[in-house]
Amino acid sequence: MRQGKYPFVIGFLIAPLALYGMFVLRPIAAAVQVSMTNWSGLSPNFDFVGLENFSKLLDDDKVWLAAKHHVFLLVTLPVITIALALFFAFLLNMGGGTRGGMMTGVWGSKFYRVVFFLPQVLAVVIVGVIFGRVYAPDGSGVLNRFLGLFGIDAVPFMAEYGLWSILGVLVWQAVGFYVVLFAAGMSSIPAEIYEAAVMDGASRVTIFFRVTIPLLMETVKVAWVYLGILAMDAFALVMVLSIDEGGPDGATTVLPVQIYKSGIRESDYGYASALGVALAVFTIIFAVLSLRGGKRNAVEH
Amino acid sequence: MSNHTDSPSALSRRSVLRRTAAVGLLATPAAGLLSACVGGGTDEPSTSATGQVTAENPLGVSVETPVEVVIFDGGLGTKYATDVHIPSYEKKFPKSKVKFSSTQEVSTTLQPRFASNTPPDMVNNAGSKLMDQGKLVEAQQVADLSDLFAAPSLDIAGKTVGETLIPGTIEQGTFNGKPYVLNYAYTVFGLWYSGKLFKDNGWAAPTTWADFTALLDKMKAKGITPYSYAGANAAYYQYLVILTTAAKIGGADVLKAIDNLEPNAWKSDAVKQAATLWGEIGAKYGDKAHLGLKHTEVQLLQNQYKVGFYPSGSWLENEQSKDTPAGFDYQVAAIPGATASDKLPATGLYAAAGEMYFVASKGGNVQGGKEYLRHMLSKAGAKGFTELTKSLTVVTGAAEGLTLSPGLTSANAALTAAGAANFSFRWDAWYKNLDDECRAATNELMFQGGNADKFCSRMQAAADKTEKKFSR
Repeated sequence: MRQGKYPFVIGFLIAPLALYGMFVLRPIAAAVQVSMTNWSGLSPNFDFVGLENFSKLLDDDKVWLAAKHHVFLLVTLPVITIALALFFAFLLNMGGGTRGGMMTGVWGSKFYRVVFFLPQVLAVVIVGVIFGRVYAPDGSGVLNRFLGLFGIDAVPFMAEYGLWSILGVLVWQAVGFYVVLFAAGMSSIPAEIYEAAVMDGASRVTIFFRVTIPLLMETVKVAWVYLGILAMDAFALVMVLSIDEGGPDGATTVLPVQIYKSGIRESDYGYASALGVALAVFTIIFAVLSLRGGKRNAVEH
Repeated sequence: MSNHTDSPSALSRRSVLRRTAAVGLLATPAAGLLSACVGGGTDEPSTSATGQVTAENPLGVSVETPVEVVIFDGGLGTKYATDVHIPSYEKKFPKSKVKFSSTQEVSTTLQPRFASNTPPDMVNNAGSKLMDQGKLVEAQQVADLSDLFAAPSLDIAGKTVGETLIPGTIEQGTFNGKPYVLNYAYTVFGLWYSGKLFKDNGWAAPTTWADFTALLDKMKAKGITPYSYAGANAAYYQYLVILTTAAKIGGADVLKAIDNLEPNAWKSDAVKQAATLWGEIGAKYGDKAHLGLKHTEVQLLQNQYKVGFYPSGSWLENEQSKDTPAGFDYQVAAIPGATASDKLPATGLYAAAGEMYFVASKGGNVQGGKEYLRHMLSKAGAKGFTELTKSLTVVTGAAEGLTLSPGLTSANAALTAAGAANFSFRWDAWYKNLDDECRAATNELMFQGGNADKFCSRMQAAADKTEKKFSR
């Protein structure tokens, strides 16, 4: 039995590993290598240019602008989404106060759960098109029609508050998933802890900050990484919603949009790959830092 | 990076790999990976089928080899190919088949096929996802069309294909001295308006700048947005207008200098004056909300008589045919003269052959691809195209005897009035990065409180950073 163990394990692993190597590792390796060439994507020929693409990248204003936008999204998107999701999840699970010593959700919480989750099942492009109408800069836009009722002049959302507008859509779409995630986390917290807290006379606010959040910390950290990765992307929304694909004048651009522009539009796949490699490195650094960041002081229950 | 356009790439793939390994940054097995991914095909030109050259078959097409064509499925549709050009080709070569396909995303569909050296024979490179034509030529993926233009026309007796074309057509598709691309549709650019709106109000198309602004004032008084374009995705309609004015002020050489990336071409007085004039129009008569609109939205507003002038090309009428109310009566006006000392007359027009068609140099039936273009350029082929798409072609006189729509009639009249004073530029197709920059600069100028100095200096900075590849 013992002798046959390794061939047995290897036999099972070889197919998935081969597929993983073929369709994940090999393209990644190829992208790294293309990033050191001047390949145009339009012929099999290319020259090896070393790190030229990477030095060009450092001089590209649009890339720095995009990086700045990623930092903005990295900070705001997780904070706002997690805060809202925690709040909603708390209301759904225990916002209704106590009944017979048990925490219950607000009235109609089952219905709200569906409503919150709905945006999550919509395709991003559809969300983009819908919000295109919501943000429309003239009276035909949902928001501007609403503002018009109060005599407020039409606000050019995408022209002047592009990044905030896109952040709004990202939050709107993401919140539902994290509500469900946190709600599941909350329901796994033993009821006795809450009972004890209620008996000690803790208010709902105190329970939320002193009991729920500390016990959910691990889930929140995972959510933080997921949302951070979402903040590194935002490609489809920017392409569909923004003015001039990442404009006006780069005001909403993100790295994936720059990759698209230099690869598909300008046929500079070498440079596009270099941008892709840079983005991958940023994302990995972010994931490692945020997962490392809070390993300590986890509260167990 | 050096200029590869006319010389084969200095490095063969083998030597690239050898150097790659020598540099030591990449391990040899990894280099094998790279070649597996990037270069599916080989460097040697694939052998393309040919046949006997005869008077009936001047391009030496192999009569039995199928020819593959890919048409962009956009505003012009694909009916002109399936109903006119393909039957024409198959009638002439009954043993050959035209393998037809269409796509809305040219680059996504075809880029991998060029990368693996197995391209289709004839490609209609168009749409917002078109391939960078300059880069394609540079990568030697495009066949030289000299023999096509020297061949006799299919149905215009006694003339070569080249002689049947509107002057400037071949030049429009020439890269560094050789014709590589056929620009098939002839497009007139100008300010489009509703004939009905103008008639009802007793307005006339302006020819001087003073008349123009006076008319815009009248429109504004009526509650119409006098002048608009779509900032969200169609800023290039507006930079075309700005540069048209620049050409009128300083002559067509202003545009040539820009194309050739000459030092300070974007900072010439003519460009600066034009940008100043149009920046004022944007600030005074534009609607800031339109920065966030797409071209279809602004065009719809014009159809609802809420926008006065709209800059566009002669495809506009066909594009809007579903939304245009009865009696709207599309008309086009040349962009008004700018100053009293303009070098070109006020009737001068940006008119150019557009809509690119090219033959892939590494396809399986290069001569067949060229023959297909010869069928497109026959009088019958061109006439069928105009009938089905309401667009003129570059074949002289092919629209004779057709009943043209109001917009096309007006475009034709504008073209006649312009005479020799028509001009165009090429930089937007040659250098896509400048196109991107100019869209942003134009939106800044027209909508976001920019000024002419900023416009000129940021365009000049972008041009200075661009490596020169083409000239005319």
